[in-house]
Amino acid sequence: MSTELKTVDIVYFAILREHAGLPGERVSTAAATPGQLYREVSERHGFPQLKPLKVAVNDEFTDWNATLHHGDTVVFIPPVAGG
Amino acid sequence: MKDFRIQAMPLQPDHWRRELLDPACGGYVSFEGWVRNSNEGAEVLHLEYQAYEALAVKEGLRILEESLTRFPLHHALCVHRVGDLQLGDLAVWVAVSSIHRDEAFRACRYIIDEVKHRVPIWKKEHYINGNSGWVNCEACAVHAHGAPAD
Repeated sequence: MSTELKTVDIVYFAILREHAGLPGERVSTAAATPGQLYREVSERHGFPQLKPLKVAVNDEFTDWNATLHHGDTVVFIPPVAGG
Repeated sequence: MKDFRIQAMPLQPDHWRRELLDPACGGYVSFEGWVRNSNEGAEVLHLEYQAYEALAVKEGLRILEESLTRFPLHHALCVHRVGDLQLGDLAVWVAVSSIHRDEAFRACRYIIDEVKHRVPIWKKEHYINGNSGWVNCEACAVHAHGAPAD
């Protein structure tokens, strides 16, 4: 398994933005999937457990086990509450 | 016509209503979602809406497209506001027009229900006691402390 680092941009919204204390960050990561990336940053920022938590890569909903690519923009989506 | 918009400026339904006028349509239904002064027993002072705009517009348009497929609508428009909102402010507006009223009522209901569940928009309530919280996030976050992992 490759451990080559890739650079991805993460954008935070709502409760995650408040916990992270920043609107987004560029990270260098060995994470192969959005799920692995979330575990990494969640631990670092002390995110609360959220359900349902979704993820988008490059402005499209994506599976947690999708392949993460260098240059991707990742957004973790806490439970929504529009309307 | 179908469109989904997000804006920080106050919503102007009287203005947008004209976009749904159509001589082929005999029915028009609209829904207004307002900021109310309480939620689950807590007194609310004001609200803050945040949107992941790029995906919110995409998902909103998908919902409107679905409504046009499911119901014989001619037009569907939804506008959601973001930023700091006060009590009584209009937070979301949905409007549809169709040949007959029945599909207009059902489509309007379908759109607002799907928007609330699927579109990446978040709402933070600021309470009269000085506390605040992200709706649908705080309760599950607190609950998770005592919940077993699954």
